[in-house]
Amino acid sequence: ADVIATARWTNQRRAALSQRKEAYAYMPAVSKGDGMRGLAVFISDIRNCKSKEAEIKRINKELANIRSKFKGDKALDGYSKKKYVCKLLFIFLLGHDIDFGHMEAVNLLSSNKYTEKQIGYLFISVLVNSNSELIRLINNAIKNDLSSRNPTFMCLALHCIANVGSREMAEAFASEIPRILVAGDTMDSVKQSAALCLLRLYKTSPDLVLMGEWTSRVVHLLNDQHMGVVTAAISLITCLSQKNPDEFKTCVSLAVSRLSRIVSSASTDLQDYTYYFVPAPWLSCKLLRLLQCYPPPEDGAVKGRLVECLETILNKAQEPPKSKKVQHSNAKNAILFEAISLIIHYDSEPNLLVRACNQLGQFLQHRETNLRYLALESMCTLASSEFSHEAVKTHIETVINALKTERDVSVRQRAADLLYAMCDRSNAKQIVAEMLSYLETADYSIREEMVLKVAILAEKYAVDYSWYVDTILNLIRIAGDYVSEEVWYRVIQIVINRDDVQGYAAKTVFEALQAPACHENMVKVGGYILGEFGNLIAGDPRSSPLVQFNLLHSKFHLCSVPTRALLLSAYIKFINLFPETKATIQEVLRCDSQIRNSDVELQQRAVEYLKLSSIASTDVLATVLEEMPPFPERESSILAKLKKKKGPGAVSVPELDDKREGGELNGGGDRGPDTASTPSPSADLLGIRSAAPIGATPTSTGSLLVDVFSEAGPAAPSAAVNDDGFLRFVCKNNGVLFENQLLQIGIKSEYRQNLGRMYLFYGNKTSVQFASFTTTVSCPGELQSHILSTKPVEPLVEGGAQIQQVLNIECLTDFSEAPLLNIKFRYGGALQNLSLKLPVTINKFFQPTEMTSHDFFQRWKQLSQPQQEAQKIFKANHGMDTEVLKAKLLGLGTALLDDVDPNPENYVCAGVIQTKGQQVGCLLRLEPNGQAQMYRLTLRCSKDSVSMRLCELLAQQF
Amino acid sequence: MQFMLLFSRQGKLRLQKWYVPLSDKEKKKITRELVQTVLARKPKMCSFLEWRDLKVVYKRYASLYFCCAIEEQDNELITLEIIHRYVELLDKYFGSVCELDIIFNFEKAYFILDEFLLGGEAQETSKKTVLKAIEQADLLQEVRPHVVTLHYE
Repeated sequence: ADVIATARWTNQRRAALSQRKEAYAYMPAVSKGDGMRGLAVFISDIRNCKSKEAEIKRINKELANIRSKFKGDKALDGYSKKKYVCKLLFIFLLGHDIDFGHMEAVNLLSSNKYTEKQIGYLFISVLVNSNSELIRLINNAIKNDLSSRNPTFMCLALHCIANVGSREMAEAFASEIPRILVAGDTMDSVKQSAALCLLRLYKTSPDLVLMGEWTSRVVHLLNDQHMGVVTAAISLITCLSQKNPDEFKTCVSLAVSRLSRIVSSASTDLQDYTYYFVPAPWLSCKLLRLLQCYPPPEDGAVKGRLVECLETILNKAQEPPKSKKVQHSNAKNAILFEAISLIIHYDSEPNLLVRACNQLGQFLQHRETNLRYLALESMCTLASSEFSHEAVKTHIETVINALKTERDVSVRQRAADLLYAMCDRSNAKQIVAEMLSYLETADYSIREEMVLKVAILAEKYAVDYSWYVDTILNLIRIAGDYVSEEVWYRVIQIVINRDDVQGYAAKTVFEALQAPACHENMVKVGGYILGEFGNLIAGDPRSSPLVQFNLLHSKFHLCSVPTRALLLSAYIKFINLFPETKATIQEVLRCDSQIRNSDVELQQRAVEYLKLSSIASTDVLATVLEEMPPFPERESSILAKLKKKKGPGAVSVPELDDKREGGELNGGGDRGPDTASTPSPSADLLGIRSAAPIGATPTSTGSLLVDVFSEAGPAAPSAAVNDDGFLRFVCKNNGVLFENQLLQIGIKSEYRQNLGRMYLFYGNKTSVQFASFTTTVSCPGELQSHILSTKPVEPLVEGGAQIQQVLNIECLTDFSEAPLLNIKFRYGGALQNLSLKLPVTINKFFQPTEMTSHDFFQRWKQLSQPQQEAQKIFKANHGMDTEVLKAKLLGLGTALLDDVDPNPENYVCAGVIQTKGQQVGCLLRLEPNGQAQMYRLTLRCSKDSVSMRLCELLAQQF
Repeated sequence: MQFMLLFSRQGKLRLQKWYVPLSDKEKKKITRELVQTVLARKPKMCSFLEWRDLKVVYKRYASLYFCCAIEEQDNELITLEIIHRYVELLDKYFGSVCELDIIFNFEKAYFILDEFLLGGEAQETSKKTVLKAIEQADLLQEVRPHVVTLHYE
């Protein structure tokens, strides 16, 4: 009787439903004396409102009524309070603002009637107010319930903490809940709530949740007799293991034995924890997920047992289903997919990997869309394992077929992703051709991404460059609107760097431009290439210089301003390449529509080019308009764009032959200096902007400077930012920034004026190689507060090895957000993703300033505007030792001034912060109060934002 | 799980549960965007979609859509069964649940959800145990809500 057919209603249900409708419709009339009659009437009224206006009117009437009841002289009884609070909640959930009633809800918390308490908690959970007075009252009520020893009350209180999860609650309860969780006399249901409540607090305030002495007892909850307790506890354990794998590693063997017991149990053994004949599917998935926090077990027996489990799960997939219900197959397959994820994570059992791949292969043709979707998705990760890459490739026809025939765009998207992931040199031409033909009908939502992928594959696997040029020009033809600047910059960059393809490129663009309607991007590429290499096809009378020029100029008037600007540059290049076109082109430049163009850029180009062509000698002209030099070798900026689009970690560029056999497209191995360059809007032919018009991205690493600066915000790293280490570096420059069981990151840095250099040392602590090691630095917050440039790191870090990376830093203006360092690498097949704040703080750019007491106070008075001063009074976090304090203040970068402050206990400092644009004078005064263990810190700076930031940074140092 | 939304075919939000801290404005924006996206999908399409950097898992039961947003590493199929188990719990509690039950007894729908999921993770997957907890709580109430008694008696 518990089965609900999706969207299909039995007659019985239909009857029940219509009965219910009637009941609800008449309820206000028929109900009497029930718990919440008023609420039902009100809901009914709202439902009967014919218009939004009527609804708002009814709500306002109700709000006025409730307000008057709450304000009235007569004390309300618990029941009325509950009813009104519930009405307010309903109004809020309808989407209206509620600005009162919180106090009444808090009052309900201390009611001893369960139902009143419950509504109070629900209101608080949905509508928390940061009003500190209220939070204190709420916390008090929670505290009472937690110590009530009444399990239902305790659970309500724990649910509330888990639902709100605020920092204030963490401060109040984070130390109490672990005790409840492990205490021997705690009821199972309370344990379950406590575990998940703790998880929520850990997610909001990890610094406040310290498991310490409880660790081992929490891990042992995996052995608890009550399946519900294990199910709840494992979510907590998984989260804690991710953050502190070493402390929790004993969970591996416990998880394996629990999993083994579940997997081998008969479908009835677990009673109510069996779901549609599948024993404990939720717990199984969670156990498999927990194991993915760790490398394969080292203990042979444990590993053997686990492999057995995984094999059993794979075997079960082949057994006939025990039920035809979709719930049965979903639960069973949920476990299967999680097992496959674990197999992929280990990436060490070829046999299991191939079995997983075959299983997914079966799903590729399953009639359930969901399974096809997941199989395509899961196979993407299998494609990057060396053990299964070939096995994945055997499914190419099925996947191509999915791309062509799937009716759901999200499934087609997965198919395109998989084709991209399985692509290598052997199948690149087929895959690129299929993707190109799919593009012609592809949904608009995925075209841009498809274009990027085709462009990347074409570049990566191009053995002959004419194929590459053809592919990109085809892209522009088929989906010109979706070809971003990166893509067409890139084709030009490659053509310029490869002289063996230049003639072919010139010929091909010339032909493409013959089409009566060609995309503007084609005109751009054509203009640029003919301007550089038109001479290579000028021998053929069908593409003589004048024919070329006339062809380009026939497109001119249909183009946007940036394209026209580019064409003007192409024309002046023509004058140099083909002196015979000079008169014609000068004529064009001279006409009013150019030389008096209302667009400043066009007008300026026309005037300057005309003048240049008239007065410069042939030699000068030839020098100025020389062929563009090769571009420094860079990682494809298209790849960077795709990464940004898809989010980090989402792009699995076929990594297997990352070494790019067969020569690089980009020619010379000479890696130019990685200067920050902004893509020039019109890809200036004259190279007036010195840097390449392509995003500067070094091979296989981040430092996507252009990408960081070219859009509003930096790509948000998906890994949670770890900033524990950050604050330790405010007053020092060298040390260990980060360390976990895999990786240690040390830094050394030096600063002079507004410049700095930081050496990062990445140490592989394991004995296993890190693959695809990449680092990316991005600057959040106010853009361009600092420029960072990096040399790339090697993509492989051997076990036990250390590699070094240098960052050059320039402080442009003052800033408060620190740059983010994102590190990604593969360890034993699993992608590791880590984000850290780099300890680049504004005080690093201090120059100490010595001054006398007189000068100091004179300047102090000059900086007397209220916003120039920032002050904080705070408790000492460390000992108040004089020498330590002095060392810290010196480490800050300022001059520590003696004999300035009349009180010898106080410290005063002075310095100037050097940014590129300005200097900011800063004065600091630190007044310790040894008795109270407090400090008062005052900063006065010539720029308010600097006072604020320094004050924030320093308040956490002493 | 980051949040769960229940909404009707007409796009009316019937239940919202957020397991990550977000401003009211952000919640409304997400709801609007997601309701639109899901309602635009055709019946035979797959139940999962990528949305921002999350995965969305949804399923339609009669006039109601149940929609969960989960993280990158979470399991889509088991989330689908989370939804189903919640529907089963509602069904068992209300007795052939329908959208109106959830409208008129919204607080019950929240209570049941809190017994089943807490902080976005499964707290108790046994149907019996969850219902027992809720029914015990009901026994503690001095008067049972009329709506429920209507079809229980």
